[in-house]
Amino acid sequence: MQYMLMIYSEEGKGPQPGTDEWGPFMKGYMDFTKKVQDDGVHVAGDALQPAATATTVSVRNGKTHTTDGPFAETKEVLGGYYLLDCENLDAALAYAAMIPTADHGRIEVRPVVVWE
Amino acid sequence: MQPPPHDISAQIARMVRADWGRILAALVKSLGDFALAEDSLQDAALEAMAAWAERGLPDAPDAWLITVARRKALDRLRRDANFARKSAEIAYLQELEVQADPADAMEQIPDKRLELIFTCCHPAIEEKSRIALTLRALGGLGTDEIAAAFLDKPETMAARLTRAKTKIKAAGIPFVVPGADELGARLDAVLRVIYLVFNEGYRATSGQDLMRADLIAEATRLARVLRTLMPKSEQVAGLLALILLHDSRRFARLDAQGGLVPLREQNRARWDKSKIREGRALVKEALQSGPPSPFALQAAISALHAESPGWNETDWPQIVALYDALWQLEPTSVVRVNQAVALSFAKDADTALAFLTRHVDPREVAPYQPYHVALSDLLLRAGQRAAARAALAKAVELTHQPEERAYLLAQAPRYRDA
Repeated sequence: MQYMLMIYSEEGKGPQPGTDEWGPFMKGYMDFTKKVQDDGVHVAGDALQPAATATTVSVRNGKTHTTDGPFAETKEVLGGYYLLDCENLDAALAYAAMIPTADHGRIEVRPVVVWE
Repeated sequence: MQPPPHDISAQIARMVRADWGRILAALVKSLGDFALAEDSLQDAALEAMAAWAERGLPDAPDAWLITVARRKALDRLRRDANFARKSAEIAYLQELEVQADPADAMEQIPDKRLELIFTCCHPAIEEKSRIALTLRALGGLGTDEIAAAFLDKPETMAARLTRAKTKIKAAGIPFVVPGADELGARLDAVLRVIYLVFNEGYRATSGQDLMRADLIAEATRLARVLRTLMPKSEQVAGLLALILLHDSRRFARLDAQGGLVPLREQNRARWDKSKIREGRALVKEALQSGPPSPFALQAAISALHAESPGWNETDWPQIVALYDALWQLEPTSVVRVNQAVALSFAKDADTALAFLTRHVDPREVAPYQPYHVALSDLLLRAGQRAAARAALAKAVELTHQPEERAYLLAQAPRYRDA
């Protein structure tokens, strides 16, 4: 079963580039990525540019509306994701807890729909 | 004499309910689908109602139910639009049907109730739904009964159960007992569900309310099942002890008019001796095996009351010490308030009031009714009548349960100036 692990955190919170915490934080991500690859569960995973780079598009009555910023004004924004193929929810939750951002942000775990 | 039909259907309902959890667990295990297992067992139970009322009970009702439930599952799978993809399950069920000898159907199936409990109490399911699902799956309670117990509309409860079952399937919640690294936290969630079921039944004071009495019985039964499945767990022993010891006072808690009788004034001769005996033995066991859990400590406090011939003879210093140990595990104001009350009897009311001032933030406990009840009593005993009256008024204001409100109002005369 595939699970999307969506990494949410407040921008500016947690380790920042240029600080002493940044190196170990990034190494945490490299180690995690290597672990899910070694475990054979890794399908995909990426980090996103900050929410300030987001553009939201909607089409109403055939007209395209383009607005600057993420669609929801929330403090915690999506910063990246992993797509993992796990045996069950417990396995996915265990991986979610290993993601470095989990200790100051939140990881939302959602099963991916399998089209029949 | 032929018993009236009502008795037969009640007897059948009891039998079906007694075996429900075990049969459902076995079905979930073999079908790998919680909702399908439950629907099939429900079909089988309906068929049992009709068949047994007409022809009498079979030799092995549990085996009858599981055999019929498997057949119902097969019917449901065959009706399913995605017949082709279900062929593996169908082949498996057909194989079972061929070799099925109802007489040993139950002996062949391992007890999977522990897996079922951990699935129903999975932290990915909302807490209230965990309780409902556990009552439904392990206790065999009907949706209507669960709704009545939680003062919900049947439709609301049915929707809640459906949502939970959908999540189990769609999110891939596994049907397993968690591994050692997860077991502690997951067991906490299971014990909490059982405790909440008990508390829901116990909190309601009206003795005529059969459904509430049923919840106590159900919580006791669930705790016993868990005890059988995890005999070495100190936490499980502690929870069962706590339930038994609290419940031992059920019939002394109410007077003839249904009014509430506080522990201090209860007729101890009406306490259930066999529950106390069993509860005490479990407390002893729970306290001997490693660091005690919060449930074991609360049970130990309850046991000290149960052992004492009267209120004044109670081992209050020991109760104070146990609350202190409990506070180490659960540092809440609630524990401190209870500890202050025990301290007032171990020492005196002034000491207890000083303890409250030191350890409890009045703003935090402002909405907590038992705090004002305790405070009013301590102030009265310390001779501070005006303040005691104010605390009693606040307690009454925060009390919504009619019996308890009546009890508090009846105390008012004692608070008048001498």
